[in-house]
Amino acid sequence: MNRPIRGVAVTAMVMFTALLVNLSYLYVGQQDYLNERPENRRVADARFGQDRGPIMVGNTAVAQSKPVKDRFKFQRSYAQGKLYAPVTGFYSYLYRTSALEASYSAELSGVDDSQFLTRLINGLSGATPRGATVETTLDAKAQKAAWDALDGLKGAVVAIDYTTGAIKTLVSYPSYDPNDLATHDLAASTEAWKRLNADPARPLANRATREIYSPGSTFKLVTAAAALDSGMSADTVVDASPFKLPGSTKVIAGGCGGTKITLAQALKVSCNPAFARLGAELGADALREQAEKFGFGTKFLDDIGSAASVFPEDIDAAQTAMSAIGEYETAATPLQMAMVSAAIANGGTVMDPYIVNQVLDSDLKVVSRTRPSQQSVALSDQNAQELQSMMVEVVQSGTGFRAQIPGVTVGGKTGTARTSPDRNPYAWFTAWADDPSVAVCVFIEDAEIPSTEIAGGRLAAPIAKAVIEALR
Amino acid sequence: MSDVVGYRRRRGVEAFMLAFAILLAIGGYLLIHLNRDGELPPEWPWALGILASLGLGLHLLVRWRLPYADPLILPLVMLLNGLGLAMIHRLDLGTTPVMHSAELQLMWTAIATAACGLVLVFLRDYRILQRYTYTMFLGGMVLLMLPLLPVIGQEKNGARIWIHLGTYSFQPAELAKLVLSIAFASYLVEKREVLALAGGRFLGIELPRPRDLGPILVMWLASLAVLVFQKDLGTSLLFFGLFVMMLFVATEKPSWAILGTLLFVSGAYLGYLFFGHVQVRVSSWLNPFSDYDQNYQVINGQFGIAWGGAFGTGWGLGRPNLTPLAKTDFIAAAIGEELGITGLSAVMLIYGLIVARGLRASLGAREPFGKLLAAGLSFVFAIQVFAILGGVTRLLPLTGLTTPFMSQGGSSLVANWVMIGLLLVITHQVRSPVVAAPEPVQWLEAETTQMIPVGAGAAAADGAGPRPRPSGDVALPATAVSPVSPAATPVSPADDESTQRVERDGGTA
Repeated sequence: MNRPIRGVAVTAMVMFTALLVNLSYLYVGQQDYLNERPENRRVADARFGQDRGPIMVGNTAVAQSKPVKDRFKFQRSYAQGKLYAPVTGFYSYLYRTSALEASYSAELSGVDDSQFLTRLINGLSGATPRGATVETTLDAKAQKAAWDALDGLKGAVVAIDYTTGAIKTLVSYPSYDPNDLATHDLAASTEAWKRLNADPARPLANRATREIYSPGSTFKLVTAAAALDSGMSADTVVDASPFKLPGSTKVIAGGCGGTKITLAQALKVSCNPAFARLGAELGADALREQAEKFGFGTKFLDDIGSAASVFPEDIDAAQTAMSAIGEYETAATPLQMAMVSAAIANGGTVMDPYIVNQVLDSDLKVVSRTRPSQQSVALSDQNAQELQSMMVEVVQSGTGFRAQIPGVTVGGKTGTARTSPDRNPYAWFTAWADDPSVAVCVFIEDAEIPSTEIAGGRLAAPIAKAVIEALR
Repeated sequence: MSDVVGYRRRRGVEAFMLAFAILLAIGGYLLIHLNRDGELPPEWPWALGILASLGLGLHLLVRWRLPYADPLILPLVMLLNGLGLAMIHRLDLGTTPVMHSAELQLMWTAIATAACGLVLVFLRDYRILQRYTYTMFLGGMVLLMLPLLPVIGQEKNGARIWIHLGTYSFQPAELAKLVLSIAFASYLVEKREVLALAGGRFLGIELPRPRDLGPILVMWLASLAVLVFQKDLGTSLLFFGLFVMMLFVATEKPSWAILGTLLFVSGAYLGYLFFGHVQVRVSSWLNPFSDYDQNYQVINGQFGIAWGGAFGTGWGLGRPNLTPLAKTDFIAAAIGEELGITGLSAVMLIYGLIVARGLRASLGAREPFGKLLAAGLSFVFAIQVFAILGGVTRLLPLTGLTTPFMSQGGSSLVANWVMIGLLLVITHQVRSPVVAAPEPVQWLEAETTQMIPVGAGAAAADGAGPRPRPSGDVALPATAVSPVSPAATPVSPADDESTQRVERDGGTA
């Protein structure tokens, strides 16, 4: 009977081999899949309970993990949560993470590859692994100033150091408190999540970088840059008479102080017929090319996410004329309009915007540091200087006079975009200053003022002024 | 003379490995507390003392009664039992309030090892079990079908393989596998020649005679009944696999194995086609994420093993309590989580080694009943481990079988320890030196001759057996002081020397 017993032994061996192979396959082939399943509470809890590093604004932690006595051990907490929510994002158990909490999750929790050595040493010495510190470029004072100046108006403020691209201010209103979502009281977290999503004011939306709006007259800076690039100058006389849109009965008119005015004058008074006519003459391709040099069509700030600004495709002459004055389907993020001012102030060079200055490990060694980099050249240095003077005119004696700051050269451009007769117009103001070297864009979604007023100058310009002053 | 060899007793090796196994288990227990509380539990000397005395007791019994028993089996089983205890204790700590099922399990371990000890002491010749073939067959079948009875039978997690008597629940299949192994072995020893007679040929396979198909059909139907009414593939596979394998070994005809496999596969397929619950089991095996809530347990077991990774989270540092029934069905997943793929593989290898030692004894056994019984017990053990560990790791559809020696539950522990006792008794007789010349010759004949009456075989076995009947007990005191085996006592010194010589010649098989 030994022969069949050997057969049985082989069968048993095959069975145990199958068990071992299957188990190895589970490890090699399935582990990552299983660990990434959203239902996996072990992974979710372990991630959620990590002692994550802080997110810093200057010397203040705007997001940090505090030890608590519950099953997660650490509670993520946000000082001034609403003010920094679009940047920090939230860190929740049920609704994942967003913004820097999401994009720097590996570094904050100390599991990024770049921290491998630290982790190894910590592991060997028995020390609890600690996450890295993420240092933002934001300026606490300017951030606060923008928030206070916005004073409950729905909108956004972005300020960029135009020599580097570092974001100094990034405010979106209305905002939400990330503490409500990060709480370990999961019922409260669920309740907050439902409430925030149901809120018609959309507090979870990041209006500064992730939403696009008609830029209105602020887009005339782009049209002006294209005009300068086509060989015109600030002193070139343009036709400011009422402009009948080609192929349409609609006439664009406006009080521009004469029918023959200089380009500089046209910008100063934000002359619609002149810029519409210019746009039609330059053509859609030239305008689009100019817009794209400023950054339209590109997404910036991967770490908090941004929408790409749009200059419409396949448009006829009338649509081109409307687009040239920032209407029709032209749409931009406040970040993008700040970048337009920044490029003009920076001699035509667009710096790639960034919001994380450096990442330090738990021993304060630099894990990574952002080096300022050039994104594109939007216009020549000479044209940039001409446009700078034109923008200074706007502030000194034009629509943007409310942004004047004694002792500081400020250039700006106002904008008011009435997208629909049923609702209040958007108010815009984009500006730059020479000291500090900063470009600011203020956007107000819901400007409740008489339509005769230039909303951008009245509402947005003072906010830009407050931010620039805070940065001095 | 290939079967006639002198094995060394290796009781010292057994003692050393037993101590090692107990230290591993206690080490796990201490690590759980160090990892969780940073201090040793105050009662740890008790735990060590109880486990060590159980191990020592068994070891001394083996030394006394079965000095030639396989030295590996006892330490391997003790290790599994100890790891199981440690893990159950760890799972106790993971609940609020802390539970105390490990203490109960330790008590059951004591009872189970005592039952094993009784087997060692009183069943020195397992061949007496051959006398109760039909009683055992009937008893086994009744046990197997018991859960189908109303009132006492109860459905748990979709399978009806438990019976409940008051507060006490019991999986009768545990005992049935033991009883039926014995019944099949003795039945087949009687009938193997008849069953081996060729019937017709079909597709090149030699079929047995139709009238001999009766028993296999009975077993097939019983297995199908288990599959369909008890809704458990593992139990069904366990008994049908056991029967087919023993038929194959007894008759040496592969046609039985092929026929049996075909019958089982087609039966299982029919079950799949006609019964919704079988389909549910299969779908939760192949595609567990299609219904997360329904397959919560198997998915969480998988999550646990994946979370443990290669080396596990460490004792007490994982979250095995997230998996339902972690102490019973899913204790392997808990091991995988805290000791890693490495630890779980080691446990699988330990099971594999026990099976290998059992089959080794079967190969070496000198008479057919011992051969069949050892092979049957080893294989049914292998199938059980395969079915439950395969179910937990999603190699197979999940079954409700217990994980031998590890999962919580007294009846399973007792049944498996008794089985190990039986295996030890067989290995002892296999490994004992055979000293008399004529008997081995007779046994070699028995291997090849077609028709030998079973009664004669048993009698011859008694004669050939190295264990002298009553005189052996009288000779026992000598064992303690002399290195010479008690079997040698009534035999002349010259015979003893001849055994030694075979050993020196390197005669091992």
